[in-house]
Parts: sequence; structure tokens; C-alpha cells
Amino acid sequence: MAFRPRHLLGIEHLSPEDIRTVLDLADQYVDFNRRTVKKTDALAGMTQINMFFENSTRTQASFELAGKRLGADVMNMAMQTSSVKKGETLIDTALTLNAMHPDLLVVRHGSSGAVDLLAQKVECAVINAGDGKHEHPTQALLDALTIRREKGRIHRLTVAICGDVAHSRVARSNLLLLGKMENRVRLIAPPTLMPSGVAEFGCEVYDDMREGLKDADVVMMLRLQKERMDGGFIPSEREYFHRYGLDAEKLAYAKEDAIVMHPGPMNRGVEIDGTIADDIHRSVIQEQVEMGVAVRMAVMDLLARNLREDRGRALAGETYV
Amino acid sequence: MTLFLQNARLIDPEALSETTGNIVIDNGKIAAIGDMSAPPDAQVIDCGGKYLAPGIVDLGVKIGEPGERHMESFRSAAMAAAAGGVTTIIARPDTAQAIDNPETLEFVTRRAADAPVRILHMAALTKGREGREMTEIGFLRDVGAVAFTDGTHVCEQTKVLQRAFSYAASLGALVIGHPQDPGLSKGTVVTSGKFASLRGLPGVSPMAEQMGLERDLALVEMTGLAYHADQITTARALPALARAKAAGLDVTAGVSIHHLTLNALDVGEYRTFFKLTPPLRDEDDRLAVIGAVGDGVIDVICSLHTPADEESKRLPFEEAASGAVGLETLLPAAMRLYHAGQLTLPQLFRAMSLNPARRLGLPQGRLAEGAPADLVLFDPDAPFVLDRFKLRSKSKNTPFDTARMEGKTLATFVAGVQVYTSEE
Repeated sequence: MAFRPRHLLGIEHLSPEDIRTVLDLADQYVDFNRRTVKKTDALAGMTQINMFFENSTRTQASFELAGKRLGADVMNMAMQTSSVKKGETLIDTALTLNAMHPDLLVVRHGSSGAVDLLAQKVECAVINAGDGKHEHPTQALLDALTIRREKGRIHRLTVAICGDVAHSRVARSNLLLLGKMENRVRLIAPPTLMPSGVAEFGCEVYDDMREGLKDADVVMMLRLQKERMDGGFIPSEREYFHRYGLDAEKLAYAKEDAIVMHPGPMNRGVEIDGTIADDIHRSVIQEQVEMGVAVRMAVMDLLARNLREDRGRALAGETYV
Repeated sequence: MTLFLQNARLIDPEALSETTGNIVIDNGKIAAIGDMSAPPDAQVIDCGGKYLAPGIVDLGVKIGEPGERHMESFRSAAMAAAAGGVTTIIARPDTAQAIDNPETLEFVTRRAADAPVRILHMAALTKGREGREMTEIGFLRDVGAVAFTDGTHVCEQTKVLQRAFSYAASLGALVIGHPQDPGLSKGTVVTSGKFASLRGLPGVSPMAEQMGLERDLALVEMTGLAYHADQITTARALPALARAKAAGLDVTAGVSIHHLTLNALDVGEYRTFFKLTPPLRDEDDRLAVIGAVGDGVIDVICSLHTPADEESKRLPFEEAASGAVGLETLLPAAMRLYHAGQLTLPQLFRAMSLNPARRLGLPQGRLAEGAPADLVLFDPDAPFVLDRFKLRSKSKNTPFDTARMEGKTLATFVAGVQVYTSEE
């Protein structure tokens, strides 16, 4: 197996081969998770700590379940109510946790680059569960797994990513992953929600949703955060839904068999029409949640293997290459 | 005592020339320049063919007094300056407690008095640098303020700025502005573009600098103020600057050595020592600004010395402090531009020594008979690898840590007194 990274900090650092390795293993975990007895000992004896500096329900639950099914001891730390409030810096928090000898740290933080910084200071494997507006790599991997299972491949597809691209770490990670796997990526957003310089990433940029959706195989909707809805970035919720909300009329521009994705939680009637989200022929939103657990199991399993190997080498007196 | 410096490559930033010759120093001043022999009973120093230039006048150095002496004191800054060939420090007022009243200015003047290099002080333009009420510009000038600035804090109320500009103009005071649109730059930490988007960091358009400059220049035209733009770092701001100069406004501009030698991509994986205000720019801008220094559209190169302690830099990029130390690395970093063939040594010293002194009305910065004997002897080719923990500054936040550099200060003289000697 070719997967060698020590941490999963972002899609940026993964090769197409790494990505395929994760998806192949995740496929096995999808079947595994559908059994009645779903427990393995891949992480038995290992400690997984989930540090969420930002609120999260679904991602944290998904990581917790993934760790438990792999047999790890899982601890959740609600960082908003902890020592951070007492003025402890991120690095001190990291050093404190490091002294407890965890094996896997799952971290979400509101600042871009914060997880990279933390990873430099600890001796365990670190998984980025979302840092600021930077990356959310497991989301991109679970989206890729969903697409591959629906479409039979994860290359040469036309994928439209629509909505608040500027503030979205999901969009960044997906853009990088889909680009690495040689897909055609289109970004659709009003100019106020489009990051600058994105055209240089090798994607196509649209502010007209109908044009952008034309012949798309996959339509990925992004969540519009409440605080962006009033006046600052878009004139109003209803104008946004009119121009950028996914409804049957706009979806008709995409391919007949196009799938609809959303990382959740959804704002029905803002970025997506409720009937589309619930259409079992088009929407794969529930599948995404299922794939999430499998992908996170695959990632943690692979990182744990590398961690064991590195520690074995260190014990044998070899230097880490 | 008479000092005789012989066999030096003399850099004259006024004539933009390099010649080999000797210098006689008497009473702290340059008494003679040429190929004369040593006067009787003069102390002779052989320069071994190395380069001798007017000492650097560093316009805009932050020192942590009052309030943050653990980051930099006048003493540590002066030691760093001497080691970096800086003979005059122009200290900034953007300290923890702003230098915005005559009493505070007198205090820092006393604190700085016994430093081995010259230290002159600027004062805040508005109280607390808050952009609401102007400071006592007249009193502050009386106790020695050489210029007025609110640092990187941009006044949002144009009316306040107009009044401060016209009042300062009536006193003949120099005001240093930070050209930046305050609305566009608020909350941003890098220059917008592909790199900022990839890293997920809030970016400011380079246009914000031009917008800030255009506003300030319009006010200068209204008030007749003597104005210096502290940092011009983008290509698009240059035409506005050139137009103002051509129209006869009393305007000059500067740029930091960091913006001349580094670009936006150097931030890499969120390296906070590269977080600066204004943020590092794209390579095209860097090259355009170097060209503008060569043409004289940009007048001054400074270190933008901004000490920050380890704690304030060991944070996620957005939360980390902005700024880098530069007193000791200004000269070797400038040598990168020389070795790359982008600027000559006389052009560099015109921007680092002559122009800032001239702008402040100081007699320094010249290699001429009668000028103060503030000199730096250096070897532009001596290579070294920078170790930040060997810096004399109390703060070690340099973007050049572990960088390969060329250019070492061999000796520094202030008023004819040798204040630094290289250990080698």
C-alpha cells in the first residue's frame, strides 16, 4: 500500500495514488458498516482525541463513531468551554494533550493553518477536521467516495460547486481533490462569495448558475452561513434563492442523471429546494453521511498503520524517512 | 582625535559614484576625502579595499519603550543598529502607549540619550493614534519630534486628517502616512489572490494601497503638507506617486527591505515571521517597486523594524502579531538586490542613507567634507547563514532565519567614534 503520510492536514499534500488508496479501503468499510456487528480491532489499544474548537455535531459524531468501530478509545474535548477560555494558547493545549500520549488527534479550529501548527508540536497522527477557510480533507474524500460509487469513476466528470465558495473549506478541499483526479470543475457563486484568483486553480468560474450547471454530472451545493445572508455579501435570502438556490428548473440544465450533493447542514429554501434534497433519484445527501463514517475509518486505519510502522522503526533504531 | 581611514572603496550616494580613496575624520566630521596621506598623529585604520558608505538612516524603527521593553529597548535596538551599519534610528511612536504628548516624548528622549547610535523620535499625529483628535504638534516639535505618524493605523475620518494635515503644514512638520484603504484592509492578513485563496486567509486587494495613497495625495494638494508615504509596495500605486511628484507636491515615499526581497509566496505553510503590514506582495509588484527605487520614484528603503516576542508569533497566522525585525539584516538583505544586479551600491545608499536624512533635514547621509562622520565599513561579498538567536535585538522574529546571505558590517562609526567592530 502506497499511503505514507503521517498526518491528514489537507488534500494539497495527497497524491492521486493516496486518494485512491483511501477510497478503496473506505469501500470495504462501507460494506463492513452495513453489518449488524460492526467492530474491528484495527485501532485497539489506541487513543483518539477529538478536539473541536468550533461547534460541530455531524463531523464530530462521524469521527467518534469511526474511532469506536475501529476499537479505539475515543475522547471528545469540547474546546469552547475548556482551557482556551482561560487564555491557554493552541500550542500549550497541544503540548498538554501530547503528554497524555494520544495516537490520533482529530482537530477542528476556526483559524486557517491552526491544525498545521498543532501538528508540528505533537508526536501522534493529526487529522484536520476543518481549519478556518483552508481545508476539510475528509469531507472531500467522502464526497469523492460518494461520486465514485454513484458514477463508477472519479475522473473526467464535470462537477459544479455552487454557493459560498469564498468562505468554504469544503469547496477548497473538493477543488483540489477533483483537480488532482482530472475532473472538470466549475465554481458557481455571486462575485461577492467567490475567492480571488480562483481561475488560476484551473477551474471554470461562473456567476450564472444555469450556464454553470449545463451538462454537469455532479452538482455540489454549499451551505450559506446565516451571518452572510443579510446585506453584506448578498442582498437577501430570497434573492439568493432565486438566483443561486437549486430547484428543479435550474437542475434541468445539468445532465439527466446528475447527482445532487450537500455537505450539510442544509438551509432548505435558501441554497436548496426541499423537494430536490429529498428526491431519492437525484439527491445523495444521506449517502454522503454514510460514506463519511467509512472514509474516516479508512483514513484513521491508514494513519494508524503508518504510526505503528514509524514507531517500530524508531524502536529498531532506524531513522524515520 | 583625528582618524584616517585608508584604502577604502568610497560610495558617494550624491554623485552616485564609487571611487578608491582615503578619509580624514576630525572632530566627528569628515575633514577631507581623496588620495592624501595620513595627517601626523592620526589613528590609521586600513580598510583593505572594502566599502565605506554613509551610515544608514533607518526611517521607522519600532522600539518597545515605553510599555514593551521586553521586546526591544533603546539599548538593544542601538546595539543591533550598530551591528547592521545603521547610524541613525528614527523611532516610531506606535508603542504600547503611543508617543503622543510632549512628556512621553521627553521621557523616551532621555531613555535613548546614551545609546551608541543616534536616535531621533517621531510622534503620533493623532491622540492615541486613534484618528480622532490631533496631537500637540507644536509642542512635540519643540521637544524634538522629527516627523508625525500614526503608524499603520489609518485615519478613517478624512475631515480629521485634513485638519491635522493643514495644522502640521502651517508648522512645516513632516507627516508620514500609511497609504491603505482602511475599509478594504480591515481584518486582512495577506495580499488577495491565488495563494491567499489556497491558504484560506483573508486577503486585501493591492488596489487598497493606491486608494489610500490617492486620498492622502489629494489632502496634500489641499493643504500643502510635506508628506512621506511609509510603504509603497505595489506597482499600481507608482503612477499616482510619480504624478504627485511631477506636479510639484512635497511628497516622498519609502519601502521596506522585506517588500523588496520577499514575496507573498514566502509565507508558505503559514510562517508567521513573514506576516507583515502591508502584507508581502506578488513577484510582479516586488520587481516594479525595485525599479521605482532605481528610478528615484521611491526615495527611501527602511528596515520596518518591528519586534514581536515568540508568544505573539507562535499562533495561527490570522491571530499572530504582524511585523519583523530588520535593523541587523537591512544591509545584507539589500546586498541581495546588489548581487542580483537590480540596484547599484550608490543607489542603495541613496535610498538607505542620503534620502531619509535629507527628508528629515539632517546633515547625515553624505560622504562629503563637513558632513558628520557617520560611516559604515562593510564587505558586500562576505557570506554567512543567519542564525536568528545571534541577533542583538531582544526579539528574534526575522524572516531571514537560516537564510544564506552575503554582506557583513566590518565597522560602524558614529560622529567619528567606532561603535561596532566585527569579531572576525
